[in-house]
Amino acid sequence: MSQVLASMAGNVWKVLVKAGDAVEAGQDVVILESMKMEIPIAAEATGTVKEVKINEGDFVNEGDVLVELE
Amino acid sequence: MFKKILIANRGEIAVRVMRTCMALNIRTVGIYSEADAAAPHVKMADEAYQVGGPRVNESYLNMDKIIEIAKQTGAEAIHPGYGLLSENAVFARKCEEAGIVFIGPSPEVIARMGSKIESRIAMEKVGVPVVPGIAHPLSDVEEAAQVADRFGYPVMLKASAGGGGIGMQIVRNEEELRKAYEGNKKRATDFFGDGAMYIEKCIENPRHVEIQVLADKQGNTVYLWERECSIQRRHQKVVEEAPSPFLDEATRTRMGEAAVKAAQSLGYSNAGTIEFLVDRDKNFYFLEMNTRLQVEHPVTEEITGLDLVEQQLRIACGEPLGFVQNDVKREGHAIEVRIYAEDPKTFFPSPGTITKFVVPEGTGIRNELAVGEGSTVTPFYDPMIAKLVVKGDTREEAIHRLQHALAAYEVEGIKTNIPMLREIADHPAFRSGDTTTGFVAHYIQGKK
Repeated sequence: MSQVLASMAGNVWKVLVKAGDAVEAGQDVVILESMKMEIPIAAEATGTVKEVKINEGDFVNEGDVLVELE
Repeated sequence: MFKKILIANRGEIAVRVMRTCMALNIRTVGIYSEADAAAPHVKMADEAYQVGGPRVNESYLNMDKIIEIAKQTGAEAIHPGYGLLSENAVFARKCEEAGIVFIGPSPEVIARMGSKIESRIAMEKVGVPVVPGIAHPLSDVEEAAQVADRFGYPVMLKASAGGGGIGMQIVRNEEELRKAYEGNKKRATDFFGDGAMYIEKCIENPRHVEIQVLADKQGNTVYLWERECSIQRRHQKVVEEAPSPFLDEATRTRMGEAAVKAAQSLGYSNAGTIEFLVDRDKNFYFLEMNTRLQVEHPVTEEITGLDLVEQQLRIACGEPLGFVQNDVKREGHAIEVRIYAEDPKTFFPSPGTITKFVVPEGTGIRNELAVGEGSTVTPFYDPMIAKLVVKGDTREEAIHRLQHALAAYEVEGIKTNIPMLREIADHPAFRSGDTTTGFVAHYIQGKK
């Protein structure tokens, strides 16, 4: 199992995956909005989305788990 | 002159406006979000009120609440700074209706210049050159392809309501255009609530040179020379200087006169900026008009000796300009760099707490700040945390001061773009005045 973590504090602007989706390493799964800039967050490993831990509009801090993969 | 005004902004610009107010004996009302309770602009204001939560929609963009505070505190006018509500025609109208002076042009002019398509039409009408393009929104991707064929690739695909580089994309062939069109249209709708797209000819590796104007309510308009703002990252300015190392006197005068004509034709009053693209042959084309004070206004202040905020306040009060074009002098060379809380390589934001903050001081150095040691830079606002402005008798002297000042600048606890700014200041291409909009991509990221 691997996790996709927020690389910086920000607002969750878009969630691009849902539970059950297959994702590849390098694929964008969430877009954060921080300091008026959109920051795509990519999965580091290939896998299936087990759980999306956040919702659009949530505020996250650096290191927060965004998505769990298996 | 006003006795009391509200400053509807935060950060260095709120502090900057308050400084002029203090000099003119105007009392200031500050506003702040939950996240900014300890910010310098709150301490500096004569009185300050919390307007809402940390996000701008809940606070600095909460028009009705801001106007309510202005009324309750007896503020006669609102200075919007830049960004936020500064070019919001609805806000300007609400101020008017509440009997409060909006320090800016009329809501009608803001609305016209806020639309890329309408502003093009207005400029073409008075003979100000515009980049070859279309003056109506594209109906679909087929029309986009036809228009692009007519101008020849590359073309720039643009959202009518876009700004700050958002909703803008260069496309180099029909395949790219077809790929980009729907996505950009959707993004424009999501971001700006307006999906109108248009196309213009792409001027490759141009210079971005803008003319500062001042116009009073009596119809007097002057230009305060130019600023060269070509060095940008993500279509946002990083380095600005005046005078431009590229323009000759004849082009400078032609651009200044075109800007004055543009402002006068609109019935403009306030400080304002006409942005132009300048090609290799010194042809210039209207890009857009900013109907507010700009981030880079200090470089103009440094070479002219004028206080632009003071001029804005006098104009808003109904005073005529105290000078004519021939009185506007130009002396020395000024350069501004923007210090951003971001990774210098990826340009990704870097919020956090500043653990060490040492700014350079000395002859020819001006700092515009709203952070210090212990300040927390939050993810809610723009990443710009400070501006460094240097002045010298010559461009060489200004660059020399910039290099020294950047070497002395110390920020710890967050990442900043200072390493990138040092690289630019030391780069032979910058020193020789080769400052096109491709500078960062060519020399800093490409390392050529």
